[in-house]
Amino acid sequence: MSVVQHWHRETPSPQHGAAETGRPEATGTSRRRPAAVWWRFVLRRAGRTLGSLFVIVSVAFVVVRLSAGDPVRQALGPTAPPSLIAERRAQLGLDLPLWRQYADYLGGLLHGDLGTSILTGQPVTDVVEGRLPKSLALAALAVLVTLLIAVPVGLTTAVLTREGRRRGLELGFNGATGLTTAVPEFLLGTGLVIAFGIWWPVLPVAGSDSTASYVLPVLALAAPSSAVIARVARVEGLKVLGRDYMRTARSKRLPTATLYLRHALPNMLTAVLTLAGTTAAGMVAATALVEQVFNWPGLGYALIQAISGRDYNIVGGIALVYATLIILINLFVDVLLALLDRRTTLLER
Amino acid sequence: MPKTRLGAAGATPTRLLATVLVVALVVLAVIGPWIWGDQARVPDPAHLAQAPSGAHLLGTDNLGRDVLARVLTATRRSLVMAVGATALAVVLGALVGALPVVLGRRVQRVLASVLTTWMAFPVLLVALFTTILLGPGATTAVIAMGLTMTPVFGRLMQTLTAGIESSDYLVAARMLGISRRRQFTRYVLPNIAEPVLVYITLNIGGALLALSSLSFLGLGVQAPDFDWGRMLGDALPAVYTSPWTTVAPGAAIVVAGIAFGLAGEVLAGIARGQDSPVRAARTPAPAAALGTPPPGAGEHTTAALLTVENLRVEFPTAGGWTTPVRDVSLRLHPGEIVGVVGESGSGKSVTAMAIARLTSSTGSVRSRRLDFDGTDLAALSDSELRERIGRRIAVVFQDPSTFLNPALRIGTQLTEGLPDHGGAPAGARNKAVQLLDRLRITRPETRLGQYPNELSGGMRQRVLIAMAQMAEADLIIADEPTTALDMTVQHHVLRTLHERCHEDGSAALVVSHDIGVLTSLCSRIVVMYAGRVVEELSVDALLDGPAHPYTRALLASLPTLDTEVEKPLDTIPGHPPHPDEPIAGCAYAARCTRAEDRCRTDLPTLTPGTADATVACWFPLTPRTVTPRSAT
Ligand code: SF4
Repeated sequence: MSVVQHWHRETPSPQHGAAETGRPEATGTSRRRPAAVWWRFVLRRAGRTLGSLFVIVSVAFVVVRLSAGDPVRQALGPTAPPSLIAERRAQLGLDLPLWRQYADYLGGLLHGDLGTSILTGQPVTDVVEGRLPKSLALAALAVLVTLLIAVPVGLTTAVLTREGRRRGLELGFNGATGLTTAVPEFLLGTGLVIAFGIWWPVLPVAGSDSTASYVLPVLALAAPSSAVIARVARVEGLKVLGRDYMRTARSKRLPTATLYLRHALPNMLTAVLTLAGTTAAGMVAATALVEQVFNWPGLGYALIQAISGRDYNIVGGIALVYATLIILINLFVDVLLALLDRRTTLLER
Repeated sequence: MPKTRLGAAGATPTRLLATVLVVALVVLAVIGPWIWGDQARVPDPAHLAQAPSGAHLLGTDNLGRDVLARVLTATRRSLVMAVGATALAVVLGALVGALPVVLGRRVQRVLASVLTTWMAFPVLLVALFTTILLGPGATTAVIAMGLTMTPVFGRLMQTLTAGIESSDYLVAARMLGISRRRQFTRYVLPNIAEPVLVYITLNIGGALLALSSLSFLGLGVQAPDFDWGRMLGDALPAVYTSPWTTVAPGAAIVVAGIAFGLAGEVLAGIARGQDSPVRAARTPAPAAALGTPPPGAGEHTTAALLTVENLRVEFPTAGGWTTPVRDVSLRLHPGEIVGVVGESGSGKSVTAMAIARLTSSTGSVRSRRLDFDGTDLAALSDSELRERIGRRIAVVFQDPSTFLNPALRIGTQLTEGLPDHGGAPAGARNKAVQLLDRLRITRPETRLGQYPNELSGGMRQRVLIAMAQMAEADLIIADEPTTALDMTVQHHVLRTLHERCHEDGSAALVVSHDIGVLTSLCSRIVVMYAGRVVEELSVDALLDGPAHPYTRALLASLPTLDTEVEKPLDTIPGHPPHPDEPIAGCAYAARCTRAEDRCRTDLPTLTPGTADATVACWFPLTPRTVTPRSAT
């Protein structure tokens, strides 16, 4: 996923904190009336989500209407007879006044209608319905694998390289993760197709027929983001290991596992979850790349076909699905972070 | 000024590699299309999809075009697109970042929330919208990429300019009446230039990778034009028959990604200033000889619980090794409470931490003897220490706001890791409740289920004290245990600690800068200055009038009941020496009113003075010549 989101993650947002995500940051009040503050936060955050959704939906409408001249002409091509174009326009309701179109479009969305294909007249929902679960399965698995790899690797490396120890390991870790981030998922995917399709055919490289066919696409999606998150987890881990409460824990002569798993790990959670949210958002879109490489019958695959067919109603509909997913993921992560934050605000901020 | 740091870049292998790669890419981008451009475009029906050979080093594609020539030619387009997208993002980002300053607070908040949502959108999604609007193509992809990166730069600019706006030098510049324009070019620009440059470099790399993925999907460069991503996309359908066509563009993308990634990291490293203690840590610890054995060393000491002789602690820093503890010897008997007093920087806390083996692992801790109840602590490995000493040594830390784990419940932190694991956890909880109750914490049962942030500072400090008592340690090491507490609570806590040592014979080593706290709690006081013990004496002897001028000065700075509130307390003029400073004679000489030439050249050693005191001073005072506060 490095490609789709590479730059985000290279550049941790300078002030990602209570103020701008709107978490309940007022520690005094949160101690006195946590429930009220909490619900106000959830409501405000949900309101913002609705706002974002409305903006995206409207942008999608405007963009599709303005699309490089006439979407129908674009889709049917310059040779299509005017009568066919007019007929198709009427079918799609494009001959109505703009405000009617907008109202119909919004009304349709509320009923789960994402529009219809310009080329085939097939409802976009039909395209989405069968394919979305396939894409989501890829993305969810990839996020899971990423976290399962990156967090333990990052924390372990942090423990081993803390206080400037093991220079060699630190260099190796930085080199390996740096290299992995420079290989975008579609490239890694192509490499995997060559490796497992030609040289060592033990895993399926196309389609989604068996459980085994998940392995390579998920690997291609998870590897680049694992490298990025492992780096962040290490830095975060080093920060936590240097905290005073870790010394308190050491003074109790706890077993090593307890020391790091119980005392260090939970304190890395906020940072890791923030990142996991960004990763998940990026992963949703990155599936499109990997689906293309592995012939995965997901949403991205349909999207690419629609783009090359210039069927912008489908492109717009799928874009809306992606955008909605991303906005919902953000809402979910923010609420989750706020929940975790409720108990740590006073000490951490 | 940060500008000079960039200039001072030396040649490490990483920097060299980054420079070589970036320069090579730029050169290729300039000359590539001139030299290989024709070869890259001309189809050759006679050599379709040929494997690498002498004539075509990396083979030919399905139209017979030379893959190597195509990859080299595509450098320019790939690079130009990445740079263009980044430039667009910088310009738009600067606009977005500057807006709030002009438009006021409300807009600022809305904008911040818009940026947050915007930042979550990956480039592919933005590209879908721009593609619908403008049709697929290189320009569309660049615009999408630029728009995607805009909030990153917007927020960066916002943060940076906000920081500079209020900085000292800009305030000074304004007061000096320097023109706005000059303020900007001389002060603002140089200071934001460096971080922006780091971001730009990193983002060019990211944009290059992202744009290649757009081209790969058919959202970017359109045939007959080509960039690396497009080449890969075109090669994909034929991957089984001619896999070599994917190798070259793939490698080019990776190399370019690495080049800008490395360059960005190198720049960021320089911007951060690369002085890390790491480098110093690789130089071996100085093997300075340990001090001469203290009086009474090697005597029959079976009665002692803790014996420390000639402790020396050193830490690596950027400039070499620093020695916060130079020479400390002390002894504790069961049930005894000994105080260690000194100003900050005297090495008292480091001494305490070194005894508990809680100093940073990069440091060097050496001593002639470090003996706890017959066990040589220095000889134990970490796991042996866990097994054999475990929680027989407990520590109370000084800062209640940072020494409790914010993510764990109080109950967990109190009851975990107790010696009788496997034993009834309910027993441990009951004990915790009792201890908290005894330390006058209200509703102790409820507290166990709470997180540290739900408790007040004073309560948290008492939780730390309770934590040390949970294990029924033989030795409690307390580092400024009462600093965070108000006077009444302080008094109560000290009494609890005192009672506890009295009841079950555990000893305590209490570190404090406050000699008053120690006199009310301890039976003996060890006075430290500049990493050494300068005087050790019983509290009685201390109250009679200590022999060391520094101890006198500490006593004189104490408020007493008859201190007039208005009269400022005597503070000791001057500062204690820095731990790295080499000191030939008595470290206190620079501040001592009794200092003479000998003090500056010869180091005074601890010698027995009266019956229950030893002192390290060439010209000690005699007891009862002065009383506290009326001195001088
Ligand atoms: S040795 Fe000299 S300088 Fe040091 S405390 Fe004694 S009198 Fe002062």
